[in-house]
Amino acid sequence: MANKEDILAGLAEIVNEETGLETEEVQLDKNFTDDLDIDSISMMTIVVNAEEKFDVKIPDEEVKNLKTVQDAVDFIANAS
Amino acid sequence: MTRKAVITGLGATSPIGGDVETMWANALAGTSGARPIEKDWVEEYDLPVTFAAQLSNAPTEVLSRVEARRMDPTTQMGLVAAREAWAHAGLSTDDLDTDRLAVAFGTGVGGVWTLLDSWDNLRERGPRRVLPMTVPMLMPNGAAAAISMDLSARGGAMTTVSACASGTEALDNARRLIETGQADVVVTGGAEAAIHPLPIAGFAAMQALSKRNDDPQAASRPYDVDRDGFVLGEGAGALIIESEEHARARGAEVYAVLAGSAVASDAYHITAPEPEGLGASRALRSAMASDDIDLKDVVHVNAHATSTPVGDRPEYVAMKTVFGDHLDNILVSATKSQTGHLLGASGALEAIFTVLSIYHRKTPVTINLDNQDPEIPMNVVHGKPGELPSGDIAALSNSFGFGGHNAVVAFRNY
Repeated sequence: MANKEDILAGLAEIVNEETGLETEEVQLDKNFTDDLDIDSISMMTIVVNAEEKFDVKIPDEEVKNLKTVQDAVDFIANAS
Repeated sequence: MTRKAVITGLGATSPIGGDVETMWANALAGTSGARPIEKDWVEEYDLPVTFAAQLSNAPTEVLSRVEARRMDPTTQMGLVAAREAWAHAGLSTDDLDTDRLAVAFGTGVGGVWTLLDSWDNLRERGPRRVLPMTVPMLMPNGAAAAISMDLSARGGAMTTVSACASGTEALDNARRLIETGQADVVVTGGAEAAIHPLPIAGFAAMQALSKRNDDPQAASRPYDVDRDGFVLGEGAGALIIESEEHARARGAEVYAVLAGSAVASDAYHITAPEPEGLGASRALRSAMASDDIDLKDVVHVNAHATSTPVGDRPEYVAMKTVFGDHLDNILVSATKSQTGHLLGASGALEAIFTVLSIYHRKTPVTINLDNQDPEIPMNVVHGKPGELPSGDIAALSNSFGFGGHNAVVAFRNY
């Protein structure tokens, strides 16, 4: 339901909460691991918080495919 | 030749001060850290005890929000204390061999908040809401591990778990690491954050806690005839222990010598201290023997003295057995009257008080001693700080824990 802009903003808040990264740093082309230095444990926390925030289900086996912020925003937009 | 272990840095976060300087000033003035617990769960669970000695400063005043999020409060407090001690010692990882920098910490229960919060999450919201950091946050070695990572300590990071003796046992480990040459510098101490409804209910069930809900500040009263239990506290203490050689080479200020230490076990009862204080007196004798400390050199003891009706006297019996008439010359401070009982961190905090007592030649006061128990005739410092003599002196700190753990550390002036 939510548009992609809102999803990005919401995701940026979740990432900020977990890692302290500024929300402006969370841009669509950023890779969670290589650019944002987010480890697998933080990624799982972000996923669970995103599930709650956007009322979607992100299966564990899907998480490895969410390499960039764009991947995550697209997945959430399609799932909601 | 045995290397000498010296103390070059101190750090703490406690109910009577968020740093060592504040805590020490309050300890000399006589300050109670006990206050009502202003949390919904006190009423929700209808707890029989509604107060505790809570931290004066939140760890988040020092740690960033993101750091704190990944740590149980026990680890947060341990790290706050360790960072202060490290800065106080003037150490930098650039100047030392980090393979010879170790951590020896203690805790009574470890991440009890994380464990029980996660259990609540699981029951109320399902397994998906159990955070992936749950296990590393609840493990009792969490503080030692976090300190090791923070300071790049690669010479081992160990954790002693012996209930309320944990912090003092950690110092015993630290001394051995230095004296045997396994490490040049050890960050030692203890951390505890157990002001949670379950430990409160558990300690209250065994009648160990004071129920003086109407007057929290008067509740912790070691050696007083009206003592009715201990006051649960929280916090952490950290000490930098260094080989004398290493400290001298870098021109560090030395606050005291960690001259001796020892542990002994009662093998008697899971919670009750052995009534003749046999385990405690063996620990006292062994701690002094480990550096040939003459009884007459001992001028001060920071006692375990938790303020329970049954616990305070056996410690006196043990000290009387060991010191005999010389006990009258020893100034005894019961700082739990001020800080409450920090369980596995108490020994660390009390070691800091003992070091500062030697360094400043002044001892903290025991508050709430209105009518001293005639069964415990000791020279208890109260009213105003005790004055220690000049010259060569020694001072001890005792800790005893459920399980029959007895631990004693002995300090000398440098």
